[in-house]
Formats: sequence, structure tokens, C-alpha cells
Amino acid sequence: MSDWPLLSLLVWFPLVGAAVVLALGSGRANLVRVVSLLITGISLVLAVCLYIGFDATTSAMQFEERTLWIAAFDVHYHMGIDGLSLPLILLTALFGVLIVVGGWGVTDRVHQYMAAFLALQGLMVGVFSALDALLFYVFFEAMLVPMFLIIGIWGGPNRVYATVKFFLYTFFGSVFMLVGLIWLYLQAGTFDIQSLHELPLGLTAQVWLFLAFLIAFAVKIPMWPVHTWLPDAHVEAPTGGSVILAAIMLKIGGYGLVRFSLPMFPDGAGALDWLVIGLSLVAIVYIGFVALAQQDMKKLIAYSSISHMGFVTLGFFLAFAIARNTGGTEGAGLGISGGMVQMISHGFISGAMFLVVGILYDRMHSREIGAYGGVANTMPWFAMFAVLFFMANSGLPGTSGFVGEFMVILAAFQANFWFAFLAGLTLILGAAYSLWLVKRVFYGEIANEDVGRLKDLTGREWILMTSLAILVLGLGIWPFPLIEMMEVSVANLVEQITASKLPVP
Amino acid sequence: MNIETILLLIPLLPLAGCLAAGLLRHQVGRAGAHWITILAVGISFALSAYVAWEVFYNDLPVLNYSVYAWAITDGIRFEIGFLVDSLTALMMVVVTFVSLMVHIYTIGYMHDDDGYQRFFAYINLFTFAMLMLVMANNFLQLFFGWEAVGVVSYLLIGFWFKKDTAVKANLKAFLVNRVGDFGFLLGIAAVLMYMGSLDYAEVFAATPGVEDQTISIFPGIEWSLMTFICICLFIGAMGKSAQVPLHVWLPDSMEGPTPISALIHAATMVTAGIFMVARLSPMFEASDMALTFVMIIGAITALFMGMVGIVQNDIKRVVAYSTLSQLGYMTVALGVSAYSVAIFHLMTHAFFKALLFLAAGSVIIALHHKQDMREMGGLGRIMPVTAITAWLGSLALIGFPFFSGFYSKDLIIEAARYSDRAGSTFAWICVMLGVVITALYTFRMLYLTFHGKSRTDEETLSHAHESPLVVTVPLVLLAIPSVIIGYFTVEPLIFGGALADSITIRTVNDTMIEIADKFHGPAAFGFHGFVTPVFWLAMLGVAIATFVYLFRPDIANWARTRFHVIWKVLDRKYGFDELYQNGFAAGGLKLADGLSRGGDRTVIDGWLVNGSAHLVGRAAGVVRRFQSGFLYHYAFAMIIGLVAIVFAFVSLR
Repeated sequence: MSDWPLLSLLVWFPLVGAAVVLALGSGRANLVRVVSLLITGISLVLAVCLYIGFDATTSAMQFEERTLWIAAFDVHYHMGIDGLSLPLILLTALFGVLIVVGGWGVTDRVHQYMAAFLALQGLMVGVFSALDALLFYVFFEAMLVPMFLIIGIWGGPNRVYATVKFFLYTFFGSVFMLVGLIWLYLQAGTFDIQSLHELPLGLTAQVWLFLAFLIAFAVKIPMWPVHTWLPDAHVEAPTGGSVILAAIMLKIGGYGLVRFSLPMFPDGAGALDWLVIGLSLVAIVYIGFVALAQQDMKKLIAYSSISHMGFVTLGFFLAFAIARNTGGTEGAGLGISGGMVQMISHGFISGAMFLVVGILYDRMHSREIGAYGGVANTMPWFAMFAVLFFMANSGLPGTSGFVGEFMVILAAFQANFWFAFLAGLTLILGAAYSLWLVKRVFYGEIANEDVGRLKDLTGREWILMTSLAILVLGLGIWPFPLIEMMEVSVANLVEQITASKLPVP
Repeated sequence: MNIETILLLIPLLPLAGCLAAGLLRHQVGRAGAHWITILAVGISFALSAYVAWEVFYNDLPVLNYSVYAWAITDGIRFEIGFLVDSLTALMMVVVTFVSLMVHIYTIGYMHDDDGYQRFFAYINLFTFAMLMLVMANNFLQLFFGWEAVGVVSYLLIGFWFKKDTAVKANLKAFLVNRVGDFGFLLGIAAVLMYMGSLDYAEVFAATPGVEDQTISIFPGIEWSLMTFICICLFIGAMGKSAQVPLHVWLPDSMEGPTPISALIHAATMVTAGIFMVARLSPMFEASDMALTFVMIIGAITALFMGMVGIVQNDIKRVVAYSTLSQLGYMTVALGVSAYSVAIFHLMTHAFFKALLFLAAGSVIIALHHKQDMREMGGLGRIMPVTAITAWLGSLALIGFPFFSGFYSKDLIIEAARYSDRAGSTFAWICVMLGVVITALYTFRMLYLTFHGKSRTDEETLSHAHESPLVVTVPLVLLAIPSVIIGYFTVEPLIFGGALADSITIRTVNDTMIEIADKFHGPAAFGFHGFVTPVFWLAMLGVAIATFVYLFRPDIANWARTRFHVIWKVLDRKYGFDELYQNGFAAGGLKLADGLSRGGDRTVIDGWLVNGSAHLVGRAAGVVRRFQSGFLYHYAFAMIIGLVAIVFAFVSLR
């Protein structure tokens, strides 16, 4: 089986599946659901095969596929993965299944809904496995289309504003990346990512390129201050859209940083690390406060996401400050691994929290915190899961939310006490906004008749909640397999970013 | 069964019990839930007792091993592992014993509660978390247990989640603890950076090597590294062990059901901070400054929190402030390097304070959940077992000779007296005065509850009766160690070096050497206790309480008006709550609102995002005018453009 083009299968199988589902038409909703579940299920199995066949002892690209695509520009259909991309592909495949199960109750244009998500899944795997920069760019942009449709068609009342904002924001960012890519092509004569990793570049060029790519990725992550599209997009998106957006799409920006920015422009990154670290800390602290002020559950979780993604960017860029402070690179890998773990964990937790809100929204049609109160009285099992996920969001040890934050804070301390100090404030802020929400929504007397009529979880919801709970706890209790999977690739990345790429005079 | 399996079972049994009682609550039913959980904790206790026996009597060598690797990255091993020495063994026995008593007691206390199974699941979970904390051999697991007990505490304070006060109190408890944990985490980060490991043994071994290092937090100011690390870690202890100024959550935690007040907020979890400092004694010994800090905080807590206890009317709150004060005593002991005495007091306090809480709970059940002592009085006649055991616990608390609390508290005072540490005189004065205060509020509570005329309404009183056996048996079982454990353990624990394998004291700091010279066995120590000033100070407190609350209740009212300002200060608990509520909480929310409205909505979205959209819109309006449709306009524009490009090329070349 090792000679199967697993990566291509993971990309194209859902894409073809999307077309099949679309062709089934609107009349056969149940068939559409079953076929979609089958497709995502098989994709998940394929992803597991990928994991089984993966060799964690090397940082070299694995499962490589390479064919010439556009000869004129030497563009290749080049795919391959290392320890940085594999966890994200697994995450994508996993959420593919969860989204179909979660969207079982959708009745409006089911075939289009499922098709959009299937297409999105394939494209996202493409992003994580592309080794040709132009191919990456194509997936990166194409991904916007299904997401645009998901929010635009199945979204809330203000969806037009949200979709336009989402599209323009992200498109605005990626244009800079495209310009950067073309410039790089003119220099190197290739779009091959690994070749670009080796390309020597002057400091000025690196700084400009770094900035161009940073804008693209910062919007996606999103980093402060280009984050305001996210709360709007989440609020308007249907539950499945929010889950995918939070769990996977936000990770693409972070992935871009470790695949492009850091290894391609290490000197530029080193010159501007203060900028990224500064913005990350602002995200953690400032956005933590902003989250506290939200009245809309989805907005609160959206802001919480931005704050948590601050740990990802902080962890990724600590290497330079650590080197300046201690003269070594010890701790740099800890920061990067921590950022990676944080991405996966945030996928689980934010996905789970958006499902929690979705479960409430399905019953009450409100996302306002004020519309709830005392939900634990009528939905005790649901409350148990919700408390677990919000606790995990506040970084409780034993849940996945702790692992990444812990590693990043430990690493940040090695760079500068104040980085760790400010990042550590999340312990208080994260707990404050997460648990205050729990208090207002779940605890207290039954607030109104609607809450009094609530019914506890359905079987389908049980499956969703239980599987995410197992993942959240599993990763918190034993993060070893995930970290081991990434370890060698992270070490390799640390080597890449600490070796200067300035041309030898 | 080898020892590793036994040690693994000790925490895992309660975890399994929690899962069974919690997740299968409908399948196992009420009786099933309490049988499963009690069996789990019971076996856990028996195994802990076996381990302690092996450690103390059969000289089981210190066990320090990894259970599994949590993560290995960047050359650092994060592990889950056990360290079992005398300190751990002692803690394991105390935790599982008190937990077992509380489990049994709960059958009676929560008898009519809808959340019966949930409650048992929580206290089983708590036992698991607390055991993981005390058995840890590294900082990661310590932090895991630390936060996990915090979460269970959160869940249990808010157990009656319909009560608004309860869910306010649990949020407050969690957030205040998080402030402490914030310091704790920074301390752990510093440990990893400078010692290169999170494993206790490796860190202790590395401590002497970094003792002379400094750390610069503010440019130009150098602090001793060990002082910095120890104070950061101690901030964590201040949160968990409710030391001033992070104590505010503990009195409010009384919103939870009484069994957990006894288990979590008196006997075990709140002593985690004390345990942590004792466990890390090799590090704290490296910094006099940090120990002074510890001592002063403890002294302030011991005296001033005890004083608040005098004006409380809620029976549980009196015991809660007493707990704060006693935790202050333990902290003072830590500060003067008398770690073994701190642990000794931790143990005796665990028994007698759990007893007092459970006795208070017994009164509360009898009165159908009335907790106000102004509506009690004369209950001793109705519930003799509760009253007698409460008396025994109280005598232990005030340090009456031969009772367990006498040995531990007297040694703390002695240690403070003989200590050479800067500021130890202040600490000594505080703990001496604290003796009067302790006796005063303790006897006030006894008299108001069990003696004098009844102030309970007829209806309630007619239903009041002594509690069932599931309640009184744990009271009796806790009363026994409350009375005798001090007598039997003082010699081996303090002077016999039973804790020597887990505690490090530098000779210059060791006050116990001087005290040991004067120690001639527990009996002589007890008899001598009757002639010390400490005893007479306690008697003074008892006398005042007896006179005022038994014979002349009008004096209390007179004193309240006469010393109104003092009373007001105490009643307001020095204003900490107001400060935090109006200062930090309200200020934080205002800042949050300001940033959300001002920063995100106005500046970024209003000006930058939508502003640039409008700008583009307006620019488009201008540009639109160029699209006039006249061919010559376009031609003209092209020519200009061409000229500009040519010009640019020529001039740039």
C-alpha cells in the first residue's frame, strides 16, 4: 500500500466525492448524508494509513508525488509531507467525519452543503501537502470558494457583510504572498518549496518577502490587528462552517509560517521577530480582555481563538530571542513544538466549543449568553461535556489545552521573562472568559421557559461530544505520540532558521 | 503484588470509582455509587497505610521512578512519575483517611440530594487528583495535581449550581487560584530554564550550582535567582493554601456542601501549598529572603484572619477563618525552616479541622440547613455525640495540653521563638496573639452552638435530633486521632527524624536542634504545657469567651458598639473583597468593554477596515468619472502613461 498515492487520494477523493454528492441532487437527502459519511470515513482511514506508514525518525519529505504541471513556469504537481504537515492532515480528515455527523440535521440543500464541505476538505489537505509554492497558492485560494459559499448560503442574517469581509480580508493578504512568490520565482527559477528553502537571499529582500508572506498568513491565523473578520465570519457561519473555520482553516496561516516564512527567510524573520512576538502578546492579552466583554457566545469563542492562536505565533518566533538571551537554541524547539501542539489542541477545543454552541442554537435559536441560564438543570450530560471543553479552553492540565500553552510559556521564559509573564496572563484571562460563560449559560436557576423545555443530547450529539472529549483528554494525558511525530521535523526547522541564508560575499 | 502496582492502584482506584459513579450514575444507582466509591477509597486507604507502614517501620527505601513519559521534546523529558518517601507516605495516609471518613459521612449528609451520585464521583475524583499531587516526583505532575484539585474544588463549591452565591463563589475560587498558579507557572518555567529539568531530584541536585546566580527582571536590578524562583512558587502556594492576600476565596467556598469543606477546604487541598514548600525544602533553604517572605505572609494570615473569625455568625465561616489562621501557622513554620513541624501541624489539623467541619455539618443537618449561630444554642443536650466530638476537636484546635493540636502548635510557636531569621520576632508575636484569638473564636462557637438557651425556632427544634450513625461514626473516628495522634507521633516525626529523607534543612536555619534539647518525651512536654505562657494565653481567650458568651451576652453587643470601627473592619474582612470586586474585577471588565468597543469596533473595524472600504468606494467614485466613454480621453491617458514609463526607464537606467 505504501506505493499508493495516498496524498493525492486524500485530496482528490473528497473533491470527486463532492461532485458525486452534488450530482445526487436535492431529492435524496439521506443518501447524500450516507455517501458523504462514507467518503469522509474512507478519507479518515486513508489518513490513518498515512500515519501508520509515516517514518518519524526523518525530517525528509515522505509520500512524495511529483509530475510536471505547467512546463512553461516549471510548476510541478509536487506533494509530500513531514512531521509538521501530518498532524494537520490527520486533524483535517478527522473533522471531515465530525462535520458530516454534525451536519446530519441540515435540511436546506443538503447535497450542496455536503459537497461544499467535501470540497473544502480536499483542498485543505492539498494546502498541507503541497510542496510546490504555486500549487500551494492554488489550494490556498481555492479553499476560499467553498467557505465563501458555506457562510453565504447557510449563514445567518448578516452573512453578506461577513462573507465579503472574510473574502476581501483574506484575499487582500494573499495578494502580497502572490507577489512575493513571483519575485521568488524570478530569482530562483522554480516554485519548488524545498529549493526555495535553500535559496540564498539578501537581508533587505528577506525582510520584504517576510512581510509579504506575513500579511497573508497573519490574516489567516488571524493575528491582531487583522483579526476582525473572524468574529463576524463565525457569528454568521453555520455550525459546521464555524467548526471547520476554527479547527482547520485558522491553522493554515500557522502552517504557512513554518513551511514558508521561517525556513525561507530566517534572517528576515530574525530581524522582525519583535514584531510577531509583540503582535502575539497583544493577541493573548488584549484579545483576552475583548473576549471577556462579548455577549454573543460565538463571538466570545472567536476572540478566544485569536487569543489562543497568539500562542502559536509566539511559540514559532521565540528561537531568535532565545538565541540572543542564552546564546543557544535550547528551548527554540520547545516553542515550535508547543505552537504546533497548540494548533492541534485548538482544533479539538474550538471545534468542540462551536459544536456546543451549535447544539444550543439548534434548540433555542439564540447565541446570546443572556438568553440562557441554568442549562445544566435540563441538559446535565451536555453540561458535563461543555464544562470539560471550556475548562480545556482555559488551559487545564490533563486536557489538550494545557500542553501547548505550557510548552510555549516555558520556552518564552527562556527568551524573556516578560514574554512569559504576559503570555501567562492567559491563565487568568482564559479562565475568566471561559468559566464566566459557563456560569452564565449553564449554572443558576432555569432562566426561562425555553431553557426549561430543553432536551438533553441526542445519540448523534453524544457521538460528537464523546469523540472530542476523548481527543481532548487523550492529548492532555499523553501528548507523547503527537510530539514524537513532529520532533525530528521541528529540530530540522530549528536548524534551518538558525542557519543564516544571507549570500556568502 | 509488587510495590509499583500498589502505588499505581492507590490513585487509580478512586479515578475508576469516579468514572463508574459519574458516568454510569443511572446504572449503579444511589447505593451502588456510594458502595463503589467508598470501596475504592477504602482500598486506597488500606494500601496507603501499608505503604506508610513499609516506609516508617520496615525502612522501605525512597522510591523515585517514572510511570510514563508524557512528552520528550527538545532534550527535555516531561514525565509522570512517583516519589514515595516518608513525606509522601504520610500525606497519602492523611488524604485517604480523611477522604474515607468524608465519604461515609456523605451518605448521611447528602441523603436527600438529587446529585448524590455526582457528589460521590466528584469526591472520588478529588482523592485521585490529590494523590497525584502528593505522589508526584516532578513539577509537571505537581502542577497537574495542583490544578486538578482546583477544578474539583470548583465543581464542588458550585455543586448546588442553582444557587447564585455558590456559582459566584466557585468562579471566584478558581480565578483567585489561577492568580496563584500564574506565579507558580512562572516559577516552574524558571526552574526549567536554570536547572534544565522538572524532575525534583535533578532540580535539587542542581540547586547549589545556581545559588549564586542572579536574574534581572527589570533592567539594572538584579535579584537572587533562588529568591525569585521560590517566591514565584510560593505565590502558587498562597493561592491554594489561601494566604493573605489570595485568601478571599476560602471563606466563600463554604457555599459548597459541608463534607467537601471538611475534605478539600480544611484537611487536604488547602494544605497542598504547605506540602509543596516542604517538598521543595532544598530549594527554599537556598534563599533566606524567600523564607522570610513566607514567614511574614504566614504570620499575617495566622493573626489577622483569626480575628475575622471572632465576628462571624455563620458556623461554617468561623471554622473557615480558623482554617485560614491555622494555615498561617503552618506557613510560619515553613518560614522558620521547621518544615517537619509544618507537616506535623498539617496532619493534626487535618484530623481536628475535618472533625470540626463535620460536626458543624451535623448541626446543620439537624437544623435543616440553618448555619447562623444566632439561631442555635443549647444543642448539646439534643446532639451529645456531635457536641462532645466538637469539644474534643476544639480543645485540639486551641492547643490544650496533650491534645494533638497542642504538640504541633506549641512547636510552631517555639520554632518561631528560637529562629534567627529576620522578622521572626514579629512572627512569634503574631502566633502568640493568635493563640488568644483562636481560643476566643473557638469557644464562642462552642457556646453559641451547643450551650446556653436555645434560640432556634420551635418548628425547627422539634425536628432536631442527633445525626445518624453514618455521620456520628466518622466524627468519633476523627475524634480519636484529634486527641491522641500528637502524643504518639511527636517524637518520631519531629525529633526522631522520620521525615529526614524528604526534608532538607541547613544547620544554620535549624531551630529544632535547640528545641530538641528541651524535649524529654511527649508526657513531660504535655505537663510542661500547663505552665507555659502559651497555655495561659489560650486560657485567657477561653475565659473571655466563657464570660461573654455564656454569662453576659450583652457585653458582646456593648463591645460591638463601643469598638464599632474595629468591628466594622473585621466584619468587612479588611475590605479585600471590595477591593478585588470593585478594583480588579470591575476594572477588568471595564477595560474589556473599552477594548472591545474602542479598540476592535471603533478603531480597527470602524476606521481601518470599513474606513478603507469607504475610501475605496469614494476613490472608485472619482475614478468612475474618468470612464467618460470618449475615445480621446483614453488615448490621452495612454499617451501620458507611456511617456511616464519611458521617462522612468530612462531616468532609472
